[in-house]
Amino acid sequence: MGLFILRRFGIMVFTALCLTFIVFFLTNLYPNLEKLAKSEGNFRMDDTAVSTFLNNRGYMQPLPVKYGQWLGVVPGYVIEGTDGKTRGKCVVPGGTIEDAPRFCGILQGDWGFSTVFKEDVSMIVATRLSLTGKLMMWVMILMIPSALILGVLAGMREGSKLDRSLSTFAIMTTATPEYVSGVILIAVFSSSAFGLKWFKGTATSAMDSANFENFFLPVLTIALYGMGYIARMTRASMAEVMTAQYIRTARLKGVSFKNIVVKHALRNALIAPFTVIMLQFPWLLNGVVIVETLFNYKGFGWVLVQAAGNNDIELLLGVSVVSVVVVLVTQLISDIGYVYLNPRISVT
Amino acid sequence: MEALSWGAILLAMFTQLTPVWIALVLTYVISIKYKRKLGLYGKLFDSTIGMIGFGIVMFWVFVGFFAGALDMIVTHDPLAQISGMKNKVPGTGIRGADDGLYAYYLLGGDNLARDIFSRVMAGSSIVVVIAPLATVFAFMAGITLGLPAGYYGGRLDIVLSFLANLILAFPVILLFYLLVTPEIRMTGMPQYMAVVLFSFPLVFYTVLVNSRFYIQPQKRNLFLGAGIVVLGWLYLSIVNEAGSKITIFNAIDGFDVDAGLLTVFVSVVFVNSPTVFRIVRGLAMDIKTRDYVAAAQTRGEGPWYIMLWEILPNARGPLIVDFCLRIGYTTILLGTLGFFGLGLEPESPNWGATINEGRKLLSVYPHPALPPAFALLSLVLGLNLLADGLREESLKD
Repeated sequence: MGLFILRRFGIMVFTALCLTFIVFFLTNLYPNLEKLAKSEGNFRMDDTAVSTFLNNRGYMQPLPVKYGQWLGVVPGYVIEGTDGKTRGKCVVPGGTIEDAPRFCGILQGDWGFSTVFKEDVSMIVATRLSLTGKLMMWVMILMIPSALILGVLAGMREGSKLDRSLSTFAIMTTATPEYVSGVILIAVFSSSAFGLKWFKGTATSAMDSANFENFFLPVLTIALYGMGYIARMTRASMAEVMTAQYIRTARLKGVSFKNIVVKHALRNALIAPFTVIMLQFPWLLNGVVIVETLFNYKGFGWVLVQAAGNNDIELLLGVSVVSVVVVLVTQLISDIGYVYLNPRISVT
Repeated sequence: MEALSWGAILLAMFTQLTPVWIALVLTYVISIKYKRKLGLYGKLFDSTIGMIGFGIVMFWVFVGFFAGALDMIVTHDPLAQISGMKNKVPGTGIRGADDGLYAYYLLGGDNLARDIFSRVMAGSSIVVVIAPLATVFAFMAGITLGLPAGYYGGRLDIVLSFLANLILAFPVILLFYLLVTPEIRMTGMPQYMAVVLFSFPLVFYTVLVNSRFYIQPQKRNLFLGAGIVVLGWLYLSIVNEAGSKITIFNAIDGFDVDAGLLTVFVSVVFVNSPTVFRIVRGLAMDIKTRDYVAAAQTRGEGPWYIMLWEILPNARGPLIVDFCLRIGYTTILLGTLGFFGLGLEPESPNWGATINEGRKLLSVYPHPALPPAFALLSLVLGLNLLADGLREESLKD
């Protein structure tokens, strides 16, 4: 087991390095850098001015070197510029070259500086991530129990009327992406046209003080889309378990239906949904970006849109690192958890 | 001019959609009559869910066809603005309408005074063309790589699976934001990706024909020659574009694809193909242990013949079901792109962009955002129901 986790962890780190390198490559393509130079310097720079600007700030070094510096395994550049100033990657504003550390990158905790928010990337990511964490917590609290109940109820008597109607509901929710359900929910529950002003159409105020009125719609919107898929998986797994031999034995022994479901079937039926729930995280990230844009909730997803839309390279890189790590860690947990929960699977 | 009541609006929309109803009724009558001779497609008409799903999907296909190709159904030009119609509620009449101009905005006007009904109907033609086509390309790539990965296993499998997992671990929206920007388009990245991704159908066709007919060289040469000329020309025309990074085939460039459209297409195919790869690989690993594969191996058939003519046909059930689901998923992805204003021109009436425009004034005027939202919802729902029906029917025998 230890070796299995170690190997998985190794693959995960390698995947993370590959992915961040791809993002680094894509954000550091020349047109992006040119745009950066023009927005940081001035908009009327000609091509030579742009390239000296970029040269002086170390943007024109070979890609692997730049990536190494950003990661913090290659010493940060110190370049004597054509304008006479000497710039170093690791120099803090107001500090000198001599005081600067040799390495400064993600590994040293130096995530760079956002050009849009004029703030340290690590600060932005931390505050925004906590806001999104709050959103995700409520999504999980709403989504997982309701999806499991839905799936178990539908799967315990396959083909019944209850199963039919619950399955249709599950299909409905998987067919409704967040930007559709969000728009419909806002239109119905918070617009003046329908007259039901039960909830607020924006969640901006929920960033400071979340309450049912301003936070329920965004949470529901994300939860609905993920719910259907988990419910269908739970239903399939439950239906399979209900046809197993030991359930029949329990029935023949005279155990009541309620006890069969709760004591015998449920445990085995919940192994498969566990993996599905964990693998749902990357999709939830998608939903978070859409919902935060739709409801103007300034969390992690909103920052992603801002960074990408405004060519904020360092912030975008920071955001990508976090999202890639979140995705990979959940995959790792789901793999390990699956092996741990299901004794039939052996890792050796 | 009097505004229409809701009943009148529904009636007007119903009459406007007449060609679609006729086409739908014809499809159903013919299909149900000959359903015993039509294989899996015919069996679909034995399941209620499948029939409902198929009906919804075909509704949008016909709307897309009549509105996009024949210019029927739409009441106004989806891009035309008529003054005084900004944010007007459904059923508002046009003041001083000339002859020949439809006198009402059936579903109201959006914030640029364009007719929402026409935009939604015209938007369907974009979706029903791009979504299935992108899915086909994703399947070609997934099948061409997934079959050998599952059949041979070993190092090839490890490398390809790692690459697939790499793409799958990427948050989709981040990938879109990185790939679908004007800056990236300047570097020619989407075109290079198109070079790789669009070559899969060509490879697939060549291997498919060659593995089947290599003992009949005459037939093979004929099929291969004709196919490669047609497909190759299409391929080069799509990839090549005057004034971009790839211009070496200018001489035979038949048509140009809009650069934004190409980028959207490429990124959607790119995101979808790893999942298809994983499904095909799993199926190939399962099927290669069957007796008929062993029989073919004993007969001395080549590996590609076994993969494409023994394994693939026997994997068709799950693949067809996944194909339907994946078109739905691609529709959602296209909507996401439109919602974030990536790729297609902001003017274009695709549903995602229309929803995005409508959401800005949602709490005051909900009517511009709701019709495209329901259109997208119904199409994806139809595809899901269709997939469910197909799954049920294909499991029966």
